[in-house]
Amino acid sequence: MSGVASAPGTRSSGLTAAALRGLFRDRPIVPLLILLAVLVVLSELVRPGIVSPDWIAVELRAAVPLAILAGCQTLTMLTGGIDLSVGAVASMAGFVVATLVSGPGTPTGIVVALVAAALAGLVTGIGVGVFRVHPLIMTLGMSLVVLGLANVWQLQMVQTNSGVPPELRWLGSQLVLGILPVSLLVFVPLAAVILLGLRRAGYGRLLYAVGDNPIAARLSGARAWQVLIVLYVISALMAAVAGFLISGLTNVASVSLVDTSVLPSVAAAVIGGTSIMGGRGGFGGTIVGALILTVVSSLLSSLGYPEAVRQVLFGSIIVAVAAAYTRVTSES
Amino acid sequence: MSAATAPVETRRARAADLLGSATQRNAWILGLLGFLALLLVFTKLIQPRYGVTGVQGLAISVLPLALAAAAQAVVVISGGIDLSIGSMMALINVVAAVLMKGQSEEFGVAVVLGTLLLGLVLGAVNGSLVVLTRVPDIVVTLAMSFVWAGCALLVLPTPGGGSAKWLTALVTGSLGNEWIPKAAVVLVIIVALVWIPVRRSRQGLSIYAIGSNRLAALRSGVSVGRSRILAYVLTGLFAAFAGLSLTASTGIGTPVPGPYSLMSVAAVVLGGVSLAGGLGGVFGPIVAVVILQLIRTDMTFLNVNTNLATVVQGLILIGVVMVGSLIQIRRARS
Repeated sequence: MSGVASAPGTRSSGLTAAALRGLFRDRPIVPLLILLAVLVVLSELVRPGIVSPDWIAVELRAAVPLAILAGCQTLTMLTGGIDLSVGAVASMAGFVVATLVSGPGTPTGIVVALVAAALAGLVTGIGVGVFRVHPLIMTLGMSLVVLGLANVWQLQMVQTNSGVPPELRWLGSQLVLGILPVSLLVFVPLAAVILLGLRRAGYGRLLYAVGDNPIAARLSGARAWQVLIVLYVISALMAAVAGFLISGLTNVASVSLVDTSVLPSVAAAVIGGTSIMGGRGGFGGTIVGALILTVVSSLLSSLGYPEAVRQVLFGSIIVAVAAAYTRVTSES
Repeated sequence: MSAATAPVETRRARAADLLGSATQRNAWILGLLGFLALLLVFTKLIQPRYGVTGVQGLAISVLPLALAAAAQAVVVISGGIDLSIGSMMALINVVAAVLMKGQSEEFGVAVVLGTLLLGLVLGAVNGSLVVLTRVPDIVVTLAMSFVWAGCALLVLPTPGGGSAKWLTALVTGSLGNEWIPKAAVVLVIIVALVWIPVRRSRQGLSIYAIGSNRLAALRSGVSVGRSRILAYVLTGLFAAFAGLSLTASTGIGTPVPGPYSLMSVAAVVLGGVSLAGGLGGVFGPIVAVVILQLIRTDMTFLNVNTNLATVVQGLILIGVVMVGSLIQIRRARS
């Protein structure tokens, strides 16, 4: 009886819920942007006057490397994989450049680092694509190999004086006119290529195809192993670029510099709406996800919360957002 | 040929069959044990002084990762994965260390029981979140690894605390024969007390069933959600034992998680547990952990750079998995 009486009410609320759900499902970036705006407003309320061009620039500068690393996760997650080796590869890249500054020079260092990263990505890609090793295991093993080799390299290089080259410091930490981080010079073209590539390029569509339905992709002529090898090389190169930026930003070059960003990079991709099961998601959401994580973490530190609380909230947010996604995508 | 011999022969044939299938089923573990034996001989050859102290050191250094591998094995067999094991260990480690510092030995017993219970709760939270939210387990446990690590930092911001004397004594030294390290005995007892009853029970069978084919398990009446949560609860329990072993062997609490989550995944794969679920046991991963540690020891004996040891560990992991999946691909084709 009460069901009949309340029917109109539930229907209208059901409609709005359905509309919201559709919005969340088809354009996840809209609710994410709203969440980001809420967080920015919250930051301003908590610390009046904190939101300024300076603040925005600093947040952007911190979010750019995370967004690139999260881009590695997005691309690999689209195919149903994951890249846990980004931390080791990125640290290695920044470290190699720093050790080669005084000798062969920065440009050579960057080339060497990129080649090393590409090799690591190639091996990972062959493992995942040809030998069909689980990406989790393959990238985990690869990060052990890269970390170990970087350590060996460190012992070889311990005599030479090394440091983060001024070029990378400029690229990673400088602000143009006090509001625009220089790292956007790297990030904007990269993001444009990824965003357009995922939408328009044949290769971008192949990533979705391989992740969504590998059998259908194979039957329609996609060679998954080639797609995967190229993918993991791209991912490693992007990780290396992020490594350059992070070592420039922090003015530190160490073999474990980026390790703490690996899990946040996965988190940013998940918050951005990319499914870890493959076939669903995109880079736009990931960028917003990285911004959200950056703002949350600076909001919490401006509130004086210790690192511990930040981590607990971080984890809870990921579960909550992922649960919301699962709910709206599976109930349709 | 009288009629009486026929059944005997069939029985013998059946026994041989059983033996054959048992070897086949345990081929991986037998291979691992054989490799371990070879490795021990090799160690003795390159370092003739390797003996009692070496074995004891090996047992103690292996204990936390061996228990972490057992924890990971249970959940992987059920078709899941738990990336929060390292963080759970850190949390249990600091809770135990904080509560035990300066307290009586008897209170230490209560603390151990309490932290084991806490492990069950942590596992239940992980499992319930995985089942209720329907989010992929890798995402949930990754997120929970932040949560548990944060809790550990809240409990104890910097390394400190203490351990009850009996707990430390439990894993150091040897029992009876000096060749039998206490840490190894503890490991065997924990695994035997927790895993064997589960393995033989209906619940244990359902953990294998949901790992092997979730739909088939559901249709044959297994409560899939409950079994998944049970697997995570067991993982939490093993992680609690692993965390306590950290308290026991280091004597303090350290709030920063070690590399146990990812290393345990590696050990599980090397130990013959399929990441797809439903295959393997707890024993193989533990042997794999011992092998990995022994390789590290050997490389220090050979004066190899310890960093190269990390490289070798990674290469072994990749190599074994590659060979394993090659065999699977071959089998699928033929």
